[in-house]
Amino acid sequence: MEGFVSNGSLSIRQLEIGFLRDVTVTVPPGEIHCISGKSGSGKSRLLRAVADLEQHNGQISLGNTRQTDLSGPQWRKRVRLIPAQSEWWYDNVLEHFQVEPDPSLLSALELNSDILKQPVSYLSSGEKQRLALIRSLYPQPQALLLDEPTANLDEGSRKSVENWLLNMIRQQHWPVLWVAHDQEQINRVASHHWDLENGCLTLTG
Amino acid sequence: MTVIELSPAKLALAGILVLILSGCAYAARLGITRRMLIAATRTVVQLSLIGIVLEALFSTSSLLWISLMAMAMLLIAGREVTARQKRRLTGGWSFAIGTVSMFVSSFTVAVLTLTVVINPDPWFTPQYAIPLLGMLLGNTMTGVAICLDRLHETTWQQRSVIENRLMLGQTWQEAIGQIRREAVRSGMIPTINAMAAAGIVSLPGMMTGQILAGTTPALAVKYQILIMLMITVGTGFGSMLSVLLASRRLFDKRERLRIDRLVLNNSE
Repeated sequence: MEGFVSNGSLSIRQLEIGFLRDVTVTVPPGEIHCISGKSGSGKSRLLRAVADLEQHNGQISLGNTRQTDLSGPQWRKRVRLIPAQSEWWYDNVLEHFQVEPDPSLLSALELNSDILKQPVSYLSSGEKQRLALIRSLYPQPQALLLDEPTANLDEGSRKSVENWLLNMIRQQHWPVLWVAHDQEQINRVASHHWDLENGCLTLTG
Repeated sequence: MTVIELSPAKLALAGILVLILSGCAYAARLGITRRMLIAATRTVVQLSLIGIVLEALFSTSSLLWISLMAMAMLLIAGREVTARQKRRLTGGWSFAIGTVSMFVSSFTVAVLTLTVVINPDPWFTPQYAIPLLGMLLGNTMTGVAICLDRLHETTWQQRSVIENRLMLGQTWQEAIGQIRREAVRSGMIPTINAMAAAGIVSLPGMMTGQILAGTTPALAVKYQILIMLMITVGTGFGSMLSVLLASRRLFDKRERLRIDRLVLNNSE
């Protein structure tokens, strides 16, 4: 990845989508705001609205750029949503990458660089999830929306992926919204912790 | 060369054979007797009616009446395209897109063939215009119906793939490109196969009809070649246009996938 980029804050004001009401959060660069809540509370939907994948009301901006100033794809190039379950659409892994990822990125996630030449059907779900994280770095985002990024991983690699993410976020100075439900993980990674209940977002830590 | 007249009594002979067949089917408890008899009756009634319409049309030879007939054929084809989709677009969009695509492709190709290639006087002479348009519309309809059905069904099944691609900043064209190409291809393959098999596996119906009516095989073959090429052109452009329009409708201005714009057919 390239050097340090000065990113703006990710700001969400009076967001309304589905039964979510008046969701207001500001995430400064380099901070991780965790969101937890029961399943069905609208956590993923909130991230989808921030990535502009669903119709919504309210103002969302990154630095001085409002969501509506950019086209959908331009906005999503900057504000990158990484879904809980990654999808793959070509036969081979490498075809999914715009540029061949740096081998150091792969080894940091305990992946062998031979994996890029493999058919997608040979991958385990854990490998897919880790490769999807690397894939999401191209084109380089300016903010991250993580939807339970370690949910599909076994206990061992969960920690290493978490550390890798923390490292990247520190290096790249991204503002991050992170949907999580593991309280210990939240304690480890969160700058702030929000709880989503009955359509309202409340700060709990 | 004149064609031998078919009297109603002679047709009745064919009808008796169908009755005998249905008697056997009933005895064998095939469970299709009723449906076959209704279908046979429909054939007789529908074709007799269209015969009357065509007789009237041929005697007037007016552009107005021929255009009205053509529009009626187009609208029925549009309805058929919508009905043949498992999932369709909400509102009247599937009907509108199907009809517009067939209008643009079939009508353009038919008018071009009439004015430039066959060139009867006047160019809309019903003897040429109506069969030509009918064959073009019928084949384009099949092509458009197949590719819209394929587009909508695959989009539905692969909605999370499309959205994952959008999340990476891809445009809607990039995100649905593979599905779109696959849909157009499936709409065009039947016509391509028909061209490849023509004359070897099957004797095309139009050519056989012309030969029955007394045309020399050499001339009938030339007409058949013309028709098959024009059908391919009409179906190809119709498929491409319909997939282009329908896939655009699956995304909104912010290039979000609008899966809510697809509904199962027979519901709104």
